[in-house]
Amino acid sequence: MTTTFPFEAGAKDEELRTVGTDAVRIDGLDKISGAAEFVDDIDFGPGLLHAAIVESPHAYARILSIDTAAAEQAKGVVRVVTGKDFPYKFGMYMEDRYIFAQDHVRFVGEQVAGVIARTHREAVQAVKLVKVVYEVLDPILDPKRAFEADAGLIHPDLGDYTHVPWFFPKAGTNIAHWRKIRKGDTEKALAEADYVLEDTYTVPRYAHCAIEPHVTVSKLDHADRLTVWTASQSPHTQRHLFAEALAPLGFTHKDVRVITPYIGGGFGGKAGVSMEILGAAMATLVKGRPVKLRWTREQEFYNTYQRQGVVAELKVGVMNDGTITAVEHKLFWDAGAYVEYGANVVNAAGLSATGPYRVPNITNDSLCMYTNLPPGGPYRGFGYSEFHFGLESHMDRIAEAIGMDPVDFRRKNAIVEGDELSYGGHMNPSGLIEAINKVADAIEWGVEEDSDNPNTVMGKGVALFWKAPAMPPNASSASFLKFNEDGSLNITVSGMELGQGYLTVMAQIASEVLTVPVEKIRVETPDTDRNPYEWQTVASHVTWSSGLAVEKAAIEARGKIFDVIHQVYGYEDDSLYLESERVKCKTDPSFEKPLSDFVIDGIQTGDGTWRGGPIIASGKFMPEFTNALSDPETGQGGHPNVHYTVGATGVVIEIDKDTGRIWVRKAALAVDAGKAINPDLVKGQIVGGLVQGLATVLYEDMRFDEGGKMLNPNFTDYKIPTAFDIPDEVVPIIVEVPQPDGPFGARGVGEHTMIAAAPVIANAVYNALGIRIKSMPVTQEKIAMTYLEKSRS
Amino acid sequence: MELEIKVNGEQWALNVAPADVLLDVLREQVGTKSPKIGCERGDCGSCTVLMDGRTVRSCLVLAVEAEGHQIVTVEGISYQGLSELQDLFLRINAFQCGFCAPGIVLSATELLEHNPNPTRHDVQEALAGNLCRCTGYEPIIEAVLGAGQPKVGLDRPATGPAEGDRP
Ligand code: FES
Ligand code: FES
Repeated sequence: MTTTFPFEAGAKDEELRTVGTDAVRIDGLDKISGAAEFVDDIDFGPGLLHAAIVESPHAYARILSIDTAAAEQAKGVVRVVTGKDFPYKFGMYMEDRYIFAQDHVRFVGEQVAGVIARTHREAVQAVKLVKVVYEVLDPILDPKRAFEADAGLIHPDLGDYTHVPWFFPKAGTNIAHWRKIRKGDTEKALAEADYVLEDTYTVPRYAHCAIEPHVTVSKLDHADRLTVWTASQSPHTQRHLFAEALAPLGFTHKDVRVITPYIGGGFGGKAGVSMEILGAAMATLVKGRPVKLRWTREQEFYNTYQRQGVVAELKVGVMNDGTITAVEHKLFWDAGAYVEYGANVVNAAGLSATGPYRVPNITNDSLCMYTNLPPGGPYRGFGYSEFHFGLESHMDRIAEAIGMDPVDFRRKNAIVEGDELSYGGHMNPSGLIEAINKVADAIEWGVEEDSDNPNTVMGKGVALFWKAPAMPPNASSASFLKFNEDGSLNITVSGMELGQGYLTVMAQIASEVLTVPVEKIRVETPDTDRNPYEWQTVASHVTWSSGLAVEKAAIEARGKIFDVIHQVYGYEDDSLYLESERVKCKTDPSFEKPLSDFVIDGIQTGDGTWRGGPIIASGKFMPEFTNALSDPETGQGGHPNVHYTVGATGVVIEIDKDTGRIWVRKAALAVDAGKAINPDLVKGQIVGGLVQGLATVLYEDMRFDEGGKMLNPNFTDYKIPTAFDIPDEVVPIIVEVPQPDGPFGARGVGEHTMIAAAPVIANAVYNALGIRIKSMPVTQEKIAMTYLEKSRS
Repeated sequence: MELEIKVNGEQWALNVAPADVLLDVLREQVGTKSPKIGCERGDCGSCTVLMDGRTVRSCLVLAVEAEGHQIVTVEGISYQGLSELQDLFLRINAFQCGFCAPGIVLSATELLEHNPNPTRHDVQEALAGNLCRCTGYEPIIEAVLGAGQPKVGLDRPATGPAEGDRP
């Protein structure tokens, strides 16, 4: 089936006015002047109440009793709530979570009770007075252990949970979802391969560390309307889940309103619903009073989604000429206590675990394992950052073993347009080869560099990446557009401005169609009562999907503008065009009509009556060509992914042989944006994402004790980069092979820039010192110890 | 306890508890919301304000310690229009989510006040206490280096508007 799009993909660059320019962010002034308002900055007056949460100190336990009497008597306390008040389940893809714990707790930090008080301090004090008696159970903290037949069950009722049809939980085990791909004959291909490499790579958990903590303010007014102001990437999904989870209290969707002002970073951590539902539920018990719940930095680490850890068992077969013939990839995900969102990460990784290569024989098993650690979930890269570490390390090792240059090996196997994907679909147009070549040039691949310092050695590495948006097949975007008297525009959408520049890009797309300058376009952050639907701002899909919705709205508005001109002046619609905010006519060069003359008031005709009126328009987009139907045993038959974005990363590093310290001297990253609507913002994603990725391999290291308690939930012990901890030089490279169904050819790039950062460092360390680190992070200590061992032997 | 402070040129007489930190008092009693709550333990710098022209982390300063001092936040720098530095930050799209921006603007403003021609290393050092998770710092450093150029310079003191200067 082919889908036709009425858009202007592939328009020649010289024909574009705004798309492709480095427009200044339309939210820039708000942010630089201190005007930008985040949830915590909104004033709610003296009636504001504050909530704090009683959390489980155990990774796995049965709740025997909860005594709230003392807390209820405490100064300033208005209400104490427990699981009894809300015996309701929720979940995005699988309903495996309760709002507050019912009879069991399954991770350290799980919410057992909540206190609402007049001040924040009083709420925190009263939390300490809630007495909970637990029967402590043995936790399972390791995904391989969780997989063993004799492991205890973390969710004995798994078989009864409601879930989306493309998840395959196994009742009576800890397997919440098992994504299988079976393509070709992997066993035979591995047996016939000239060379097979098999190894295991481990990737620990990571934290998003948006600088703004999660915060939500909820209010149920006396007319029974629930409004939630929230720092969220997913306002409509939140409204939907609140309305569904709280339906027993009588709420319908129209009674629930979610307002999301600017958010201080998301990276996936503010996608879906996490702590926000606690605030929304608690507010229903104190009618008329707004209730604020703000996570501390500690809670931000252990009580929001974490990036899941993974143990990756990888086996790859190649022929002597360098052709990859088979990939067998087993991914054991440490998905945590609840997997309602994390299981979709597992699913996405399972579909794409070959990486950006042409592979005829594939066996992927991506296993979502329940463990007694905090719930895993989406984090920039959505499973791909995790499995690329092993995969791209492996590719380097294979190339060396068969005597091929790692870059040539990748070029030879790089997936190209039309190649068959693991689930049977075909690869979209892509500039992967161009990206590889440009990155290799940028780091002068093949040219050895020497250090002036006898204690240090130089190394180079390359790694590729790919990623598809992971979305349900009916994930949609919509937009409303209206003109103002002066010809300026207001656009509403419900994608979130996370910092990536979404609002600006939407303005540029509308500007391109309507010739209204970007400075005259306001694009507002979401309010679910007023802004049209958007599934979520995740999956790097909003430039593409919401961009298409905005483009459609702008095209509709243009049509309405031409209709008015036609009615009044008689020019045929197809002879009309827009230029510099005016309507002009190809057949009558003397005609021109400024938009500001008529887009609200219309045009007066000869008899004194008026035609036209306010120009308003809407647009929506749903990827109607996808489906999630596939054979659970083979993964064949569906069309789960809309398209892939690809690219390459390269680094030049210097390592101190004694201490293992790494300096990234140069990093280059090329990503195929299809069309960079705003190249400057794409470069922002390249540099920001790369640094975030480098941090996962060089600095960040989440530690838990044997009881499953996180040991380093703060910025002193969990180190994220400062202004000193960045490469000396970053070369951002934009490749543009248009996405045929994208707005002006664009596809998403936001998450991708992080994906290959970890393996590229592992490969460069090998290149420099001849040591292969197979577990993340690649710390100074690991390098120094491994190098010492190697020099001794 | 009584507290008298000057915030962005305006005198305030407030009633605070001994344990109140300056950050909360600025946000809740003065209504100055640009200093942000990021970690409440001195690690992230999003609560940075200028106290007598020097950056402090307002989450670590007891409100009573600010008695008699002059506090400037990014609102105090912006109210008459953007500084050259802010303008450069804006034009090169230096920030993304912008949560760190108020703190970084102040740290960079302080640096340029004392060192109009900083090196890359100077800028990195001045910003090392302000975490930014979005940008990878590169465009921020670029803007500060650009603002340090003589042709741009700062036309307004880091300590904000002079007395009686406020509309
Ligand atoms: S909130 Fe003050 S340093 Fe983080
Ligand atoms: S721009 Fe988001 S933290 Fe700096």
